[in-house]
This record gives sequence, structure tokens and C-alpha cells, in this order.
Amino acid sequence: MSDLPDELRGLPLHDLHRELGGRMVPFAGYEMPVQYGAGVMKEHLHTRAAAGLFDVSHMGQVILRGADAETLALGLESLIPAAVVGLAEGRQRYGLLTNPAGGILDDLMFANRGDHLFVVVNAACKAADIAHLRAGLPGIEVVEVTDRCLLAVQGPGAEAVLARLAPDVADMRFMDVATVTLEGAECWISRSGYTGEDGYEISVPNDAAEALARRLLADDAVLPIGLGARDSLRLEAGLCLYGHDIDTTTTPVEAALHWSIQKARRSGGARAGGFPGAERILAELEGGAARLRVGLRPGGRAPMREGVELFQGAGPVGRITSGAFAPSLQVPISMGYVPRALAAPGTQIEAELRGKRAPVTVDSLPFLPANFKR
Amino acid sequence: MKYTEEHEWLRPEDDLIVVGITEHAAEQLGDIVFVELPEVGTEVTKDEECVVIESVKAASDILAPLDGEIVEVNDMLVENPGKINDDPMGDAWFFKIKPSEPEQMDEYMDEAVYNKMIS
Repeated sequence: MSDLPDELRGLPLHDLHRELGGRMVPFAGYEMPVQYGAGVMKEHLHTRAAAGLFDVSHMGQVILRGADAETLALGLESLIPAAVVGLAEGRQRYGLLTNPAGGILDDLMFANRGDHLFVVVNAACKAADIAHLRAGLPGIEVVEVTDRCLLAVQGPGAEAVLARLAPDVADMRFMDVATVTLEGAECWISRSGYTGEDGYEISVPNDAAEALARRLLADDAVLPIGLGARDSLRLEAGLCLYGHDIDTTTTPVEAALHWSIQKARRSGGARAGGFPGAERILAELEGGAARLRVGLRPGGRAPMREGVELFQGAGPVGRITSGAFAPSLQVPISMGYVPRALAAPGTQIEAELRGKRAPVTVDSLPFLPANFKR
Repeated sequence: MKYTEEHEWLRPEDDLIVVGITEHAAEQLGDIVFVELPEVGTEVTKDEECVVIESVKAASDILAPLDGEIVEVNDMLVENPGKINDDPMGDAWFFKIKPSEPEQMDEYMDEAVYNKMIS
């Protein structure tokens, strides 16, 4: 680890990635594996067919503690539109940090782990998020967890792989969290992920992370998977990448993340509003947003990537925020924003690709049905 | 056989030059999923973009290495872009160009110099 802010920070599994043939690239201030020897396509397909191991230790892990559970839950509700009150112990939810204009500062997972909330935030946002949480939550202790790695095991084989180390994990349902001993180390596990597949995210002490990763990789079903395939997997699953599909200029309703705002926080609910940007976000929940994030299917074989402009007739109508070739579908797919009137699946629009117009069809998300264990 | 700094190979075939990308380039690009070739009969100028290739990761342009006319393109690649990863130095050539300034070939590297550049 370096103290120099400009220098790339290595994470505890850095040497293991090198040993596994990982091609290391700078990502959010860290050196991370974008792919291993198998390549993005094979890594992606392997995750959908068996199981993949991802090192996502660059992400931020944060513990929030309050005087009591209700103070803590109400505190976090003042910063996010999701309901925190009522989240049962051992359960996790997806949430958004919003700003006063209704834009999204970050997306995150928060879990009720009994005497505290455990929050996982994006790597690129974590310093700002922690400052924002500290400033916005007086009386609540905000502690960044720096002595733990975060690993993800994803894919239809994930349950069998992890159950060989701890049989109880098979009983967890999607979005359950539990404390489980793996290879002698206390791990904080959630049944969730960022691939659209069943799987687990595992917070493991730094000094036990390499042994756990090696044990998981020793399973015939498991291959190490880099950030390249992580991106194509999440795109097929219709999941947002912060800084691309969502940012401070997009609202939760525009981003089609309205499902992450439970009834209690909406107009007429028991704890309606009371989060930054509530006025705009609640109005959009009632009356609809002017534009929406949608799935897009390019007409040809050429991938349409972030930044490609969308048109209907002569007029620009929006922009692609993520796009790639989808290894499981064998066609290019994209996500982007279009006016509400053009957001219905099947709507034909155009994109401008290298100076030429090409047809694009609006599609529903996800592109590939999720494979969660509910 | 000559090589460019842009990782293209140029193989003389009668009075034509066959153009493709090197194994090193194909490996760096990763799984190639899309190719757009120029039209036969197009007059190209050296360093003009004339082929688009997209890998799972990103889009890249291939530049015309010489002035001349595109006289044949490898249409098979459009349906099978992955062939570029499988056989970049052989079957997966991109186009054949009839050079109008054949002496432009002289400025490119031979295999030994190219191999040194990528090592």
C-alpha cells in the first residue's frame, strides 16, 4: 500500500492475480485484473455455466452503528430513498445515495447485521460516500472496513462450491446475509452479486483472503474472472454501472430504479420523503420521469458503446450509457436514456455510429432473466 | 513480409499487398466480435482509417498502410470475426490493396525489427 494518492494501490490479492495470469489495469485508483488467460468471452460464459471467482476488494465496506436500531435506520433513511426501517436482521437491500436535485451520488447495498448496518459502496465513490455519511449522520458512527477483502462467487455452481466449505450457505435465500466461518476465518456473506446469477459476496479478513481464494479456485467448477467479464455480465443482467448508467445527472426514476424505493418512503407512505431530492423523486414516482433508462438492441453486429447518440428522425433523443457485445446472447446490447414516449419495448430509433445512422430497437431489461435463488 | 507500428502485417502477392493484423495485436485486442471492411474499389490514402474492428473490450481502427485501391476484401471475417483471434497471420487477412506508391513498403519493419518492438 502506498501513501501517495497518485500511485496505484495494490490490494491483498494482487500477487495471486499475477500468478493466475491476470492482466492488471488501473481501476478506481487500484490495480485490478481486467481478464485472465481465458479472456473476457470464456470467463463470461464460464460464470453463466458454472462458477466464477471475482476479487472486488476495491469496493468500499462500511459499518454504521447508532445508539439503537431505530435511530440508525431512521438516520440512513435521511440519506437514501429506500426503506431501512423494517429491514429484518440478516437481510440486505439495494439503495441509492441521492443529492438535493434528485441525482444519484452512488448506489450501494446495505445489510442489517444486528447491532450494525453493513454497507458496500463503489470503489470510485467510497471516499466521497464516507464523507457524505459522516456529515449527514451526526451521532452515528461511520467506520470504513479496511482489514477485509471482498470476494464474489457467482454462477449456477456457486451454491455447491461454497457449500463444500460451509453447508449452511445453501439455506440462504437471495439477499440474505450471515456470518459464516470459511477456512477458519469469520466471513460476512450475502447471497447476492452483480452478474444476474445466483451467488455470494464474501467479506473476508485480509490475512485469510488468499487462502480462501485458493481454496475456492481449487474447485473444478471455479475460474478466476476479471473486471471485463464482470462488466459484460452485469450489462446482460441490466444492472447499472455507477458513473456510466447512473450519476448525479440521473434520478432514480429516470434510471428505472423506482423498485428500490419502498412504499413507506413514497407519497402517502408511513415515512414519505425526508431524503435528499425527495421533492423531485416523489413527483417523478407519481407522474413519471421525462426520460427513462432502457435496454437497446443494435440492429447490426456492431456494438454501440457509451457516448453513442440516439436519434428519432433528425432530432437527437438520448445517448447510450453502456454497450458491448453480449457473450451469452452473441449479439451487441446497450443501455441508454430515451424520452418516455420512446421507452416502450419494440420502439424503433436510430443511433449514429462512426458518422452513419444505424437502427436500434428499444428492449426491456434485463436482457437475460436473472437466476436468483428467491 | 513487412510490419507496421500499428501491428499490421503486409505480404506481397504478385502486384498486390495482402494486409492483416499480427498475432500480438489479436492477443492484445482480445475476443474480436465485429469487423467492418472497406468496399472493393475504394481508393485509400496511407494512414486513413479503413477497417473497424471491435473486441469484447473496445473498438479499434485499422489504418491503410499504403496509398492505393482496395481490390479484394475477406468477407468471411464479417460472419466469423473470431477467426482473427484464431488465425490472424493466415486465413484472417483483411484486404488486398493495389499500391499506387509501392516504394512506401520500404519504410516498414521486417520481422526481426517488429519482434524487437513488441518484446
